[in-house]
Amino acid sequence: MSQHPTTYVPKSAFGQWFESRLPIAGLIHSSFIAFPVPRNLTYFWTFGAILVFMLVAQIVTGVFLAMYYTPNADMAFQSVEHIMRDVNYGWLIRYLHANGASMFFIAVYIHIFRNFYYGSYKAPREVLYILGVIIFILMMATAFMGYVLPWGQMSFWGATVITNLFSAIPLVGETIVSYLWGGYSVGNPTLNRFFSLHYLLPFMIAGVVVLHIWALHVPGQNNPTGIPIKSGKDAVPFTPYATIKDIFAVVVFLIFFAYWVFYIPNYLGHADNYIPANPAVTPAHIVPEWYFLPFYAILRAIPDKLGGVIAMFAAIVIWVFMPWLDTSKVRSTAYRPLYKQFFWVFVGVCLVLGWLGSRPAEGWYVIASQICTVYYFAHFLIVLPVLGFVERPLPLPNSILESVMGVQKGGAGMPAGANAEPQSKG
Amino acid sequence: MMKRTLLIAAAVLGLSAPAFAAGETPVPPQLKWSFQGPFGTFDRAQLQRGFKVYREVCASCHGLSYVAFRNLAQPGGPEFSEAQVRALAAEYKIQDGPNEAGDMFERPGRPADRFPSPFPNENAAAAANGGKAPPDLSLMAKARTYERGFPWWITDVFRQYSENGADYLAALMNGYKEAPAGFTVPAGGHYNEYYPGHIIAMPKPINDGQVEYPKNEAGQPQAPETVDQYARDVTAFLTWTAEPHLEARKRLGFQVMLFLIVLAGLLYFTKKKIWARVGGEVEGHATPPMTHNP
Repeated sequence: MSQHPTTYVPKSAFGQWFESRLPIAGLIHSSFIAFPVPRNLTYFWTFGAILVFMLVAQIVTGVFLAMYYTPNADMAFQSVEHIMRDVNYGWLIRYLHANGASMFFIAVYIHIFRNFYYGSYKAPREVLYILGVIIFILMMATAFMGYVLPWGQMSFWGATVITNLFSAIPLVGETIVSYLWGGYSVGNPTLNRFFSLHYLLPFMIAGVVVLHIWALHVPGQNNPTGIPIKSGKDAVPFTPYATIKDIFAVVVFLIFFAYWVFYIPNYLGHADNYIPANPAVTPAHIVPEWYFLPFYAILRAIPDKLGGVIAMFAAIVIWVFMPWLDTSKVRSTAYRPLYKQFFWVFVGVCLVLGWLGSRPAEGWYVIASQICTVYYFAHFLIVLPVLGFVERPLPLPNSILESVMGVQKGGAGMPAGANAEPQSKG
Repeated sequence: MMKRTLLIAAAVLGLSAPAFAAGETPVPPQLKWSFQGPFGTFDRAQLQRGFKVYREVCASCHGLSYVAFRNLAQPGGPEFSEAQVRALAAEYKIQDGPNEAGDMFERPGRPADRFPSPFPNENAAAAANGGKAPPDLSLMAKARTYERGFPWWITDVFRQYSENGADYLAALMNGYKEAPAGFTVPAGGHYNEYYPGHIIAMPKPINDGQVEYPKNEAGQPQAPETVDQYARDVTAFLTWTAEPHLEARKRLGFQVMLFLIVLAGLLYFTKKKIWARVGGEVEGHATPPMTHNP
């Protein structure tokens, strides 16, 4: 599959003329129509499509919001209320955008943990995976700056706390912070540059997404068995099989999305953000959005400011090294009985960290955060490398088809003359 | 030691109940609201009564600056008539200008004007109220909440509980009590059971019988003229000012959900039919030991 199938022949004379000058139709055909997809993918593999949908949805709703929003410290809050009250369906667009951010993160976390479980990050998909980590970091930056824009109390104080983190960097910290602020505190220049960047970063995400998909199409998709496609019988063409499955999954996800938007649109936000920003009054608890909470807990677990900042960033950057920290030759956790247990413990630790991030940093909460932070890093630095040596994986099936159809009827699983034969090596 | 371990476990699992800690605030009671749930709508009469309470009681100190007079006539709100709104607006003096001579002038309000604030600016509001300006009430029902705790923050999602702000506001207005023995209330403060820290600058805003409600045919007030009822009515009104399109939102939501569920059903069967071409969908992997030939 390292070469895209090139069997595409345009039917019309114009099509042939165009294709010989810009072979874009052939590229689309080989990438999204003929592209061979493992036939045993579960719904966990539909989150890529869901994420593409969410990125487009965020950009489209965001473009409309930007037509009415005013990035000025004296008018931002008011302009958001103008959207909510006076603009036709403004409330809908804004609730879609605000809740859309949360949906985006729910989808991306499922996507990331699917990748952890099935070892999708391992060779030959390291670059694909690292591009994904970059997308996630860009998403976090975008979401953080987006939350600042309504200029409510939590916007203002969240921005103050997070930008202040950079002051922990030795020597240049203070300079960096004043560049982020555009002054000596969070204020109008900060809001202006955050708006500008909040509009810019999604298009950078879109660019990296293109690379991410490109890198995906070189080795092809991983699958629940973790073993590669060995013959055409292991695969089906992307269209219509994966396409219809992805569309169905996107619509089911939309039902979930709509539930939040129409029935509990403010559940995932903070009440404090309906109070206009006031530099003179600090909210009782400054809490980031839910999707940042595990990292926020790690930040506060370390008693030293610089140490906390390093730990927080390291918690994400360590993902980049996973392909090399994991010494196991087996990709799918389905065949790794020992790692399967550690995987679920790790999921639990991440959830507990998220909960601890929402608690005030005092008493037992701090100690629990510290224990979980140590475990979080131990998962990457101890569990992953050591398990590869001590674990005895279960025997792998010979092929995807054998795994899902059983050895006996392995060859007969496909109807005769099925149009599922991918035009690739096999 | 055992006790300590249990404490850690409780903290980790989120079982620590803040309400039981000494000196903590009680949880506001969850009231029945006409606007809760997927088909919730506002009770017009209640919004109109709530507006009366706002106008006669709250408005002397609190602004409502995001609300225009015309909003009171819009569908999904108190739905006063256009004529009522015009008459109401005309009772207010709005500063306008500058005119051709360059002077500011006052004119009677028009439906398109927003509610004028009771004080010319925040400093004036603070100076007249013991140092702290009374907050604007437009968004109050969304700007306040109370700690839900585990596991209620999970069940809230399924119950669609989003009236936490309303429950808090109603509780607050009912929460003026005698301070318990040994609790010193500083000068200029007032004891309120539900206010975080219990010392609120706002004095008890309303008493039984203070606002006269419209009478029904029998000559009786439409609703009891009690603090509890005033609190419910003005809270309902403030929920509308905070979320004026709540009814439209829930109505559209039902249509969208219905559409999406039908579409998902159709797509599901389409998918089944397409996958039947290759012998049906197969997912995941066999339970590993089954593929193992000893």
